[in-house]
Amino acid sequence: MATNIFFKLNGDEISYEVKDHWTLLHLLREEMGLIGTKEGCGNGECGACTVIVDKLAVNSCLYLAIEIEGKTVETIEGLASTSGTLHPIQQSFVENGGIQCGFCSPGMIMSSKALLDENPDADREEIKHALAGNICRCTGYIQIFESVEAVKGMGGQNE
Amino acid sequence: MSKNNSEFSVVGKRIPKLDAAQKAMGRAEYIQDIKIPGMLYGKILYSKYASAKIIKIDISKAMALPGVHVVLTGEDVPKKMKMGFYKDNPPIKKDKVCSFRDEVAAVAAISPEIAKKALDLIEIEYEEQIGIFDPEKAMEKDAPLVHEHTKSNVLKLPWNIHYGDVEKAEKESAFVVEDRFTTTGVTHCCMGTSGALALFDATENLTVYTNTQIPSLAQKDFLETLKILGLENKRVRVIKPIIGGGFGSKLDTYAYEHIAILLAYKCRKPVKIVFDRVEEFKATSTRQPTVTYIRQGCDKNGKLTFRDIRMILDNGAYTSWGATTPTVMMMPISSLYRVKNIRYNAKCVYTNNTYSQAMRGYGNPQATFAIESNIDMLAEKAGIDPIEFRRINQNVPNETTPQGFKITTCGLAECINEVEKELKSGIAKEKGVGVGMASLIHVGGGARIYKSDGCGAILKMDDYGKVDIFTGGTDMGQGMDNITAQIVAEELGLLAEDINVVHSDTDICPWDVGAHASRSTFVAGNAALGAAKKVKQKIQEFASKLFDVPAEEIKFKNKLVFVPGDQEKSMPIDKLLRKAHFSKNGTMLMADYFYDPDNESFGKDFKCNLSATYTFGVHGVKVNVDEETGKVEVLDYIAAHDVGQAINPLLLEGQVYGGVLMGLGYALTEEVVQKNGENMNANFRDYKLFTAKDAVNIKAPVFETADEAGPFGAKGIGEPGCVPTAPAVANAIYDAVGVRIKDLPITPEKVLAALKEKNG
Repeated sequence: MATNIFFKLNGDEISYEVKDHWTLLHLLREEMGLIGTKEGCGNGECGACTVIVDKLAVNSCLYLAIEIEGKTVETIEGLASTSGTLHPIQQSFVENGGIQCGFCSPGMIMSSKALLDENPDADREEIKHALAGNICRCTGYIQIFESVEAVKGMGGQNE
Repeated sequence: MSKNNSEFSVVGKRIPKLDAAQKAMGRAEYIQDIKIPGMLYGKILYSKYASAKIIKIDISKAMALPGVHVVLTGEDVPKKMKMGFYKDNPPIKKDKVCSFRDEVAAVAAISPEIAKKALDLIEIEYEEQIGIFDPEKAMEKDAPLVHEHTKSNVLKLPWNIHYGDVEKAEKESAFVVEDRFTTTGVTHCCMGTSGALALFDATENLTVYTNTQIPSLAQKDFLETLKILGLENKRVRVIKPIIGGGFGSKLDTYAYEHIAILLAYKCRKPVKIVFDRVEEFKATSTRQPTVTYIRQGCDKNGKLTFRDIRMILDNGAYTSWGATTPTVMMMPISSLYRVKNIRYNAKCVYTNNTYSQAMRGYGNPQATFAIESNIDMLAEKAGIDPIEFRRINQNVPNETTPQGFKITTCGLAECINEVEKELKSGIAKEKGVGVGMASLIHVGGGARIYKSDGCGAILKMDDYGKVDIFTGGTDMGQGMDNITAQIVAEELGLLAEDINVVHSDTDICPWDVGAHASRSTFVAGNAALGAAKKVKQKIQEFASKLFDVPAEEIKFKNKLVFVPGDQEKSMPIDKLLRKAHFSKNGTMLMADYFYDPDNESFGKDFKCNLSATYTFGVHGVKVNVDEETGKVEVLDYIAAHDVGQAINPLLLEGQVYGGVLMGLGYALTEEVVQKNGENMNANFRDYKLFTAKDAVNIKAPVFETADEAGPFGAKGIGEPGCVPTAPAVANAIYDAVGVRIKDLPITPEKVLAALKEKNG
């Protein structure tokens, strides 16, 4: 079964015919070629596939594609400006050592964005809570927390 | 804490990881992201038993499924094709399986879904046999043999040393303690799962895209595979995509790589195999589980007299390079602290468990857990404060250890002082709160475990003052790229961003033994420095004629080539390069360099100077133990290291933080649970990593002892973060509530049981 759905993806209006069993992750990666969203477990346990749907960070591996009908989806590809300028959160992760192997980074950055969009002054405990579903094996998380905290000091450009 | 930092322009600076922006944008291509036109998807079928005979395999239904191109079984694998340190592991097993992880068939199909379906259609008849899962039991005389052709499950590996006279020293000791410690199998949990893509070109040369830490040795293994397939004199090109984490998990070649090659060869189409997470847990290896019997003694003043260790390692069903971890275990055993009399015997034992292999620290965490837990016990028996006890026995610079390791620079004393300051800074002792510490020695200047410990680099400069450096080194997120760029930039007076580090392709990158033993900064760094120095010399010779001054007066800084104090004699480096290029008999500035450190492979009695220098460190931790639940909370952590010189403190701290958290998982939560050889926790809910919620405060002070052999003084720091973590935690728990846990991981259940026993 396939259904035609309409949704907003990184600011663009999209119409797409999706099969009912596709996950949002499958739609993004395998059908639309948006490889920035990663599959770390396929089971909602690691957060590598995190995208933002209607302002909420979700595991796209657990989210059925047909359910984004009428919704707004943000992925890692939508963060930097079209001229290539990094989003302040991306820039902060780069500058503060928040990225090593980088496999968790897109998901980590999307979870951070969902948090900061909602709560720009998030403290360490709130950051820990928001990122609890995003596993990182490289960094020990410290420089990731510092990256999120440092966004505040970057001129409040966070949308 | 360095004397020289201010002299450097690029070295010692917190320069963001070179590929971080690409990764932050989601543009980095991992093996998961690579697609090639016409590519098929490979899947592997694994054994249903830990030990069984394969009676019959029927692949007809799988072959008949539309979309399936190839189905392979053990019958299709040439007999000679075997992997591993012992060559005891065929990529697909034929008549017998020895672990649940054994590959019994493989499929290539037009989609992953069809490939998976095809696996379900393969019918196999097994005859289950009795397995053996406990390495100590597997050593017993009547134990079932994992491999029938061997006489015993104990591998014939000669891990035996005896320096001095342990028995005599024991008799003369004032205090002796002995105990038994065990460690379990933990696994790497790289966020990017394993995978490989193999394709043959029209003339049957092979390209393999693979997540590997050993591109050159993988190339050698794959060449052997081609040879066995009858493809003599063909080429193998290994391309590394961006690697989603290594930690030692990619230091062998694996069945999935060889199977991808076999499938691709059979159908002459590109074939990609990528593991899903369950497969990553079940079909990749663990750190060696160990049983350690240790005795240590000291005189009445606390001076160590002897160390006597017997160790049993669970090899699992096949033998990876990890079977050589006892050689690295020898390092802390013979050389952590000053002990004259040393005895060590290790046995690797076949079991029907998943086979174990290299993991960050390569045996050092297991050995250090037993040594450093036992040191605290000995200090207590001798009535000496554990910090003071370590100070009495600490390694010092310019001394040769009983195994022949030449300690040159050594900042262990400084690290002990720093950790002491931190641990004693707290207020009065609270109930349930305790502190503990543990030290480490690790190879910091390569480790000669192969014929060559070298790394090659080729450097070329273009007309615009930019550098391309082709290095044998491997980046898997740890920062080899930055280290290379910063070293080259420092030497040539450029910025790190002027240096393009290419480390991805055996067609263009020189040989390197691999990203192991914390060797990239030291060895790949020295290779890059050597190439940069050669190019620098060529530029100096050219500029010397241009400026009419002796070559050695020419300096490089801020992209300028100049003679200090003479403003006339100065030129932007790009202009100078163009002058060199476009003049008569023009020249391009290029150089190659192969650096093989001045270290030694094991000689008689395993004596040698294994590494060109050694890294030291001390970790201290403060914990709170809840006596009601047994739960251990890490309150504060300090990991002090002597790193020679931090080339990039930002990335160095990242290595230490990440290593420590991995070590805390080892200490407290992580365990691959195998029940009669079957993995019982193949997911992130049941395999308990530290999450962001559990993250702890870590201080990571560095001491810069400026090692003469290191590039700009640097030593390796990739692994030390997870080496002494577990014993530091175990010691802190003892300090907090008076129970000594000797078996990892230290779960609340174990703490609670020990408390119950202690309190009656």
